[in-house]
Amino acid sequence: MSLSRLLENRNFLGFLFMLPAAALLLVFLTYPLGLGTWLGFTDAKIGRAGVWVGLENYIYLFGDQVARLSLFNTVFYTAVATTVKFALGLWLALLLNKNLPFKSFIRAVILLPYIVPTALSALAFWWIYDTQFSIVSWGLVRLGLIDHYIDFLGDPWLARASVIVANIWRGIPFVAICLLAGLQTISPSYYEAAVLDGATPWQMFRYITLPLLTPIIAVVMTFSILFTFTDFQLIYVLTRGGPLNATHLMATLSFQRAIPGGALGEGAALATAMVPFLLAAILFSYFGLQRRAWQQ
Amino acid sequence: MALHKPEPSNDAGGDMNYLVSMPRKVATIYLPTTVFLIVLLFPFYWMTITAFKPNEELLSQDGNPFWVQSPTLAHIKKLLFDTSYPEWLWNTVLVSVSATFLSLVCSVLAAYAIERLRFRSSRFIGMGIFLAYLVPPSILFIPLATMIYKLELFDTRLALILTYPTFLIPFCTWLLMGYFKSIPFELEECALIDGASRLQILTKIILPLAVPGMISAGIFAFTLSWNEFIYALTFISSSEMKTVPVGVITELIEGDVYHWGALMAGALLGSLPVAILYSFFVEYYVSGMTGAVKE
Repeated sequence: MSLSRLLENRNFLGFLFMLPAAALLLVFLTYPLGLGTWLGFTDAKIGRAGVWVGLENYIYLFGDQVARLSLFNTVFYTAVATTVKFALGLWLALLLNKNLPFKSFIRAVILLPYIVPTALSALAFWWIYDTQFSIVSWGLVRLGLIDHYIDFLGDPWLARASVIVANIWRGIPFVAICLLAGLQTISPSYYEAAVLDGATPWQMFRYITLPLLTPIIAVVMTFSILFTFTDFQLIYVLTRGGPLNATHLMATLSFQRAIPGGALGEGAALATAMVPFLLAAILFSYFGLQRRAWQQ
Repeated sequence: MALHKPEPSNDAGGDMNYLVSMPRKVATIYLPTTVFLIVLLFPFYWMTITAFKPNEELLSQDGNPFWVQSPTLAHIKKLLFDTSYPEWLWNTVLVSVSATFLSLVCSVLAAYAIERLRFRSSRFIGMGIFLAYLVPPSILFIPLATMIYKLELFDTRLALILTYPTFLIPFCTWLLMGYFKSIPFELEECALIDGASRLQILTKIILPLAVPGMISAGIFAFTLSWNEFIYALTFISSSEMKTVPVGVITELIEGDVYHWGALMAGALLGSLPVAILYSFFVEYYVSGMTGAVKE
């Protein structure tokens, strides 16, 4: 077959066009995914190739108090943050769907927390949470609600709440704008018919908006859970996992063990341990919500 | 060449505001929206105010903290002349532009192949691309670090330019597949009958029609690379190779005395480029974000 004939063959051409993307993804995504799983079964250290140690890393991590705490923190962080992000994001989307003055300006400005580098906005939160100069403490003292400054990032539960607030702040715009796009595809005639039938606003939300929005909620929540569960930047900047490892997530702990700590095998095992949880979360939110959409 | 703007969203969405009285509207719509706006924007306001406050004002407990009495450029000057900040900016621009360009080229070809050539197993590969999008960097950075070290790319910009496409290509390809899907097949068939080759069809017919999609993908890819943190933190060690987010976090925080003014100035200057770019392409950005989710 001549070259020009070959170039008209869709299978050959498809292969040719896929080549650059496939090469990059196979080398820097698929291969490291396998390599990471393998590293988790070795005792590799920085500067020393490891040997196979079977499940040793996982057994060690299972008995390790800090690793178990990081698992609890990650689940807690994800559960609370995604729930609140969903509730507030849906509320904001419903508000933005009304005829507001300066609507497109407001919509544009609201996405800013999502656009700006998380590491840098986390820095602003760090300053807002400062023990001596926190503006939140200042305001509360002025209002007479507290008499001494709050140590936001010093107490385990306060620190957990503080990082969750920062994560929610960053995540609301994404949820709100995606759900807003979904809301705008719902035909207004449904609502007109409902009003004529004497439906209350709550009934309209419950029986029109929610069912029609479910498919998009499923996708948005899947992404939200995925990115919250594997969050790294916010924690690294705000607390580095402290105080007393109270805010260590699995991602930050695996970084700490593998890169500054040098225990590549252990870190890789921790990272790999996230995969089943991620798969479970994705399957749950995706199929769970899909089925509800289908039932209604 | 006509540049298609993504259509502005229509305002119809279930709106029956005229049935609601004014005071009720204020309480249920305007007030909550204002509170949302204030909370979402306050950190940026606070960042900006701090960046222009002289140190005495930052450390004093009295006076109105929400305003600057005597604004100063000292923090920005310190940042630009006493630290490696300009180099970090340059690195970030270089890495983001190269990674975006590389990813766009790969993604356009891949999306065209998957969506239009319909070669054997193209559906299967499309699914694979979507799954690749779901692989988070926090799982990949350790094995990637060992690879980067073996390839002798450690502490180079090339390490970042080659690894950023791992999250950019899946996203851009997925987005562009949606755009290519909306271009009618008849256009291609006409060109094929007229004797155009596949490459000509791609460059002369499909690409001009897909410009809005490419802008969306490009803007999104650029912001994602500008904001990337964990790879840049792991693969780069020397100060002059760092990107802005990593440089600010690892180099500007020294000891126990935090130079809040300089830190906030660094955060502000690092956020401005993406914010400005975003402000020019809001519609593209939003359509890119929602388009990728809606598929």
